[in-house]
Amino acid sequence: MVTVRSESNLKNATMNHDPFAWGRPDDNVYGKYNQSIAQAKNNELDAFPKMHTQQPIITGTSVLGIKYKNGIIMAADNIGSYGSLLRFSNIERIIKVGSETVVGVSGDISDFQQLERILEELVISEENYDNQGENNLRAPHVHEYLTRVLYNRRNKMNPLWNSIIVGGFDNDKTPFLKYIDLLGVTYGSSTLATGFGSYLAIPLLRKLIPDDKDYSNIEEEDAKKVIQECMRVLFYRDARSGEKFTLVTVNDEGVKFEKDVEVTGQSWEFAKNLVGYGSKQL
Amino acid sequence: MNSTVASEYSSEIHTTPIEHRFNPYSDNGGTVLGIAGKDFAVLAGDTRQVEGYSINSRYEQKIFNVGDDIVMTANGFAADGSALIDRFRNQLKWYKFDHNNKKLSVASSARYIRHLLYSKRFFPYYVSTLIAGLDDEGKGCVYSFDPVGSYEREQCRAGGAAASLIMPFLDNQVNFKNQYQPGSDGTEKKPLRYLELDEVLELVKDAFSSATERHIQVGDGLEIFIVTKEGVRTEYYPLKRD
Amino acid sequence: MFRNNYDNDSVTYSPTGRLFQVEYALEAIKQGSAAVGLASKTHVVLVGLKRNAEELGSYQKKLIKIDDHMGVALAGLAPDARVLSNFLRKQAMNSKMVFNRPLSVSKAVYSIADKAQQNTQSYGSRPYGVGLLVSGYDDTGAHLYEFQPSGSVLEYYGASIGARSQAARTYLERNLEKIRDCETPEELIVHGLNALRDTLSQDVELTFKNTSVSIVGKDTKFTTYDDEDVQQWLDKLDSVTNSTHRDEDDDEEAGDNAEDQDVTEDRMETDE
Repeated sequence: MVTVRSESNLKNATMNHDPFAWGRPDDNVYGKYNQSIAQAKNNELDAFPKMHTQQPIITGTSVLGIKYKNGIIMAADNIGSYGSLLRFSNIERIIKVGSETVVGVSGDISDFQQLERILEELVISEENYDNQGENNLRAPHVHEYLTRVLYNRRNKMNPLWNSIIVGGFDNDKTPFLKYIDLLGVTYGSSTLATGFGSYLAIPLLRKLIPDDKDYSNIEEEDAKKVIQECMRVLFYRDARSGEKFTLVTVNDEGVKFEKDVEVTGQSWEFAKNLVGYGSKQL
Repeated sequence: MNSTVASEYSSEIHTTPIEHRFNPYSDNGGTVLGIAGKDFAVLAGDTRQVEGYSINSRYEQKIFNVGDDIVMTANGFAADGSALIDRFRNQLKWYKFDHNNKKLSVASSARYIRHLLYSKRFFPYYVSTLIAGLDDEGKGCVYSFDPVGSYEREQCRAGGAAASLIMPFLDNQVNFKNQYQPGSDGTEKKPLRYLELDEVLELVKDAFSSATERHIQVGDGLEIFIVTKEGVRTEYYPLKRD
Repeated sequence: MFRNNYDNDSVTYSPTGRLFQVEYALEAIKQGSAAVGLASKTHVVLVGLKRNAEELGSYQKKLIKIDDHMGVALAGLAPDARVLSNFLRKQAMNSKMVFNRPLSVSKAVYSIADKAQQNTQSYGSRPYGVGLLVSGYDDTGAHLYEFQPSGSVLEYYGASIGARSQAARTYLERNLEKIRDCETPEELIVHGLNALRDTLSQDVELTFKNTSVSIVGKDTKFTTYDDEDVQQWLDKLDSVTNSTHRDEDDDEEAGDNAEDQDVTEDRMETDE
């Protein structure tokens, strides 16, 4: 059976012209469309907003890195914060990857642990095919790999919420220090810091090494001293920082981890002069 | 039957939940500039990389010799920039495998880069892309692209943070815009001519030192890639670091 | 007539523990023209003898570039080699892209060996009918590997595959010390061509048309020389014909006959 209708009637009567329901059968003609058929959803209010959005939960604060003439030094404290609550005080955020590379991670701790697993897998697969028994996985390779991981995750709008510093040696055995963040942005410098450190520590580090190439004149002890100074300044002013930190040195003798290093030489003299909310001096 | 064309947005949602979305982009500043000459082309850029008000690095390379005497840069969001350049480099390598080591022309490179950019039309590479080299006749050429692949060949183009500062200067100094023959009382335009390499290099240095003065994201160093029939060479000049 | 019941597929062992399909694949290599590879401490040279199907036809490529630091020579089914080398190119590119380092030669050759091995163990698939000599230079130095369709991989200082390759092998064995101590790539190429010319049959000589040369090594990107470019190397030889034929004392490559003892009854001419 075919019912013939006039064309104009067909055009006007059967289609919904509402811009948000364009082309749908008109409710007035066909009755309200049953949205539950085949899980069809029209009204966006029906659906819970799609969860891709995220924010870091437990976080680690700044990581610092500096080159010196024989290698690099990296430092990060051991705090894991839950918002403004200093929730954990035993988080180790600098890890060794391969035999001469270290990776320091700030930002979300669970994403850091995911990265730790990814890097562990990388090291194992590296050993699988390593017939010569030589270790070819060096800092630039780890850095490039992490860049790909983070950039691919940002492309999926599902980032690993971290800023990372990779330290070690370049292919030509010179010190290597480079940064990666959750967007996949990378850069290298003789002095690097993530998070709060990029405001508080970088100026102090750059005072020691004003020009990138000058790292080759810097002694280990001088580099270490300025890193310790930075950790102290960060402890004063970064509310999410801790008093204990890990200091890692990578040089031709290998990778040396110094754990539970404490911020030294603190002076709270000024504190007694602080009254009220302002910076008014008595 | 009272069905009419709906004129109001009846189902528009007014109670959208506030969503704190992850922002997949950032602006890493910096500026780039390409000028084509008679038998040469230059691509220049500063070497500073920033994020917000912080200087990430005073030297981060962003202009690359991608092979076949083509130089390329993609300025803006640094991660997208290097991803684009890496992708182009790989494609160029395959092109050579597939075509018996044939040289890829700058025009073909440009057309290919359009496709790379447009293929991400709805999640774009947030960059101003420039390539420079010599065309099939040996003349210098510069191609410029918008983030989604619209492109054209030009005599000169500035891109990135200080593009709006440099471009009018280039219009005036390279294409002689608003320049008239002396004594013609503004009736006779100054005739166009190709600039020599040393003139171009002076223009580039002036453009960047001026941009460094006026734009906070520009400075630290100037790297210039020069393409001639002899190949590609680079020059470096320090810029102010403040 | 004898009929082999154990060569219908590559997953069935014969009662004597052989996989005939895999062995036939190794035979396919011998149908191809010879390729020779040799390594000094710093460089690896590959040379190949190209064949053309007919007088007016073009010559089949023997050497394929994988990356700036790696290349292969093939003997056997050229289409199979193309598939494998394409795979290697992707691996090499991936290594550059993801790790910012060139693919190590051993990793490369084991990756195709794993692929080839899978074919020997899955029903309905055919083992690759091509052998490869893989040359490359990486962090651990200059390397020459032989890849076989069985999935086996061995590293060599000198190796040769393809028709009458035993003669080249004999040359390489006799001159191993000299080859290992080669100071310049030029010397290495000459040794390679010397070995290659020993695989020639009586009426053939090395010409710039049928000879391919490649080199890779320390500070030397993988480079191939074909056609006119190969003449410079041929000019360095004392002769472009097979030395055993020149000497006239005919022990007609005993080894070569041995490898012709074929498991198949009717051998097809595989024209690469």
